[in-house]
Amino acid sequence: MYGWVGRLLRVNLTTGECRVEKLDPVMARDYIGARGLASKILYNEVDPQVDPLSPENKLIFMTGPLTGTSAISGSRYNVVTKSPLTGTIAASNSGGYFAGELKYAGYDGIIFEGKASEPVYLYIENDRVEIRPAGHVWGKTTHETEDILKSEAPAGAKVACIGPAGEKLVRFACVVNDKNRAAGRSGVGAVMGSKNLKAVVVRGTGGIKIADPEGFRQAVKAALEKIKNNPVTHGGLPDYGTAVLVNVINAHGAFPTRNFQTGVFPGAEKISGETLAATYLVRKKGCLACPIACGRATLVPEGPYAGHGEGPEYEAIWAMGADCGVDDLAAITKANYYANELGYDPITFGATLACAMELYEKGYLPAQDTELELEFGNARTLVEAARKVGYREGIGDLLAEGSYRLAERYGHPELSMSTKKQEYPAYDPRAIQGIGLNYATTNRGGCHVRGYTIASEVLGIPVQTDPLVTEGKAGLVKTFQDLTALVDSTGICLFVTFALGASDVVSMLAPATGIPYTEEAGMLAGERIFNLERLFNLAAGLTRADDTLAPRILQEPLPEGPAKGRVNRLDEMLDEYYRVRGWDEEGRPTEATKQRLGI
Amino acid sequence: MPKVLVVDPGKCTACRRCELACSFKHTGEFNPAAARLTVAAFLDEDYYLPVVCQHCDVPACQEVCPAGAISRDAKTGAVVINYERCIGCRMCVMACPFGGADYSISEKKVVKCDLCGGEPECVQNCVWGALEYKEPEGAAWSKRMDIARKVQASTREVL
Repeated sequence: MYGWVGRLLRVNLTTGECRVEKLDPVMARDYIGARGLASKILYNEVDPQVDPLSPENKLIFMTGPLTGTSAISGSRYNVVTKSPLTGTIAASNSGGYFAGELKYAGYDGIIFEGKASEPVYLYIENDRVEIRPAGHVWGKTTHETEDILKSEAPAGAKVACIGPAGEKLVRFACVVNDKNRAAGRSGVGAVMGSKNLKAVVVRGTGGIKIADPEGFRQAVKAALEKIKNNPVTHGGLPDYGTAVLVNVINAHGAFPTRNFQTGVFPGAEKISGETLAATYLVRKKGCLACPIACGRATLVPEGPYAGHGEGPEYEAIWAMGADCGVDDLAAITKANYYANELGYDPITFGATLACAMELYEKGYLPAQDTELELEFGNARTLVEAARKVGYREGIGDLLAEGSYRLAERYGHPELSMSTKKQEYPAYDPRAIQGIGLNYATTNRGGCHVRGYTIASEVLGIPVQTDPLVTEGKAGLVKTFQDLTALVDSTGICLFVTFALGASDVVSMLAPATGIPYTEEAGMLAGERIFNLERLFNLAAGLTRADDTLAPRILQEPLPEGPAKGRVNRLDEMLDEYYRVRGWDEEGRPTEATKQRLGI
Repeated sequence: MPKVLVVDPGKCTACRRCELACSFKHTGEFNPAAARLTVAAFLDEDYYLPVVCQHCDVPACQEVCPAGAISRDAKTGAVVINYERCIGCRMCVMACPFGGADYSISEKKVVKCDLCGGEPECVQNCVWGALEYKEPEGAAWSKRMDIARKVQASTREVL
């Protein structure tokens, strides 16, 4: 095959059997790779009712046909499984260098089944595949683990692993590769931990074949020009990182503050991307094949929060900053280092701490239940909680369950700012209507990178729409969701879409694979993938009632800012969204829709 | 004056597009292990350096080659291998202090940078200018200006 390597590795951790399988070319054509292909395999092989942390759940690492090539930002793989946070399908993607190395070793992906009887790691050196004991790295941070396992592998090896959070089944633990890149959301790291799988180490020295080399080269060249001439991809993102958005979103009154009690944070300037660039930024950093380089290599040289690593990104700055009322950038950066090293999602962590702070403030979470002072704005509490949650220590054990289970425990689930038990990211749906519809309908719960309508509603990409109106948002959300499913499945990064459209993506995908994908075929594949995820969730027991938003977002008007007095008007959008998707009134894809999509 | 590959490690982001483009150009596949250059990315120290063939004025690879297979291309200035003469003894690999020449496992031959005949793919794929193909003279000028700024700043602090 071209683009794809054409081989999958199936690893049964219960029996210790490792088997190479041929990739089905028809399935690859229809579901492309990464998120789509892994979702199809999960859908075919795993009962959607399965307990996510049981051996019967599977954990799939999957690259795409453009991963490891010079396609713009072709660094990505997806980790797909059933989520222990949401009970839905989980698909979390990550960049860095790991995914390319897996393809150079000769595998498009790895399917993990069962559960090892003791801690193990998977070692791959081209055709050599071994399950090795990992007792010596169990309990170690992601950074320590990577250093130790690299010393047991040839030069150039790459590592993806879990930290203590994954081992301790923190419901939002992530898989971390190359030390600071993470398949971040929905708790895929906890599933890895439940299987006693600490890490995957891979070294590959083979090549990826391309169907039409000159056609591919020209397509990449044209796309690279667009990236270079775009003020976001060759300006804002490399200069200030994703946190270039802090001031922009705050100015829209859409920067959720103190657990979404308002949308304006007075301390925004102190935690902005511009401030990060002027203080702790050492240099910008790109993932494999990425000309954008939004990554932040950072150093806090001294003080109580001294440390060195990567980030924080926009979402982490918001969740651990504004959402907790914290405006101390050094503290946020330190907490972010903990998230990378202990291996968990800083969005859900920050949002869960914010929820705990509101429960505490309102007297629902009694002082005797916590050793930390949980008032909003306490930077020391943030950093202490960031460490404790990774080890499930003290109050960290409660935070490790996520905001919904925490708030439910104290009798106030309405204070969890989440959909399908996954916390919202850094855009208030009361000030930006379309993103609310996206939060309500994405297949992994509250999430911005499944249908980033912010591009249109705030940044005007590809066209400006009014963030305060609901009209037309159903179609907009569908388009963004389908495009994202396409992009995620090819193995390139979603951030290319600030400069590139579906036509540019298929212009690289077609010559790489030799399959004549048109823009329409690409978008149809994205729609097929999105619907397949939906079918998994429906079979898992989710219903229309789960396509909703937190009561605060629907009922409590924003108290200040440009969107003052607004709530999210989801009811004006949801029925139309079901219609444009070809779903019935209960949100189920109709037979005609399934037939049209070839599911 | 012939152009050479000029490296500015301060501009490198460790994306390794240069490695990908190089392997694709020379082998028809994406395979960093077969690239004629490597980005040495010391991620823990935030130091990235694309390590390339220097196309030396007095190339050790050429000096040591017993088959007379290595010579300078007059048009591009590149130090190149003539495969009609190369006997695959790998003396050049041993002699080069920069790792400029290597034995490619996938191609089963000794390989090195040939500047792509004057249009280096690595340079075309580096959006930050960490790799440039230009005349080497004057490379120290901007460094001297940078150090002067630092001296100026520290002087201001003292005075």
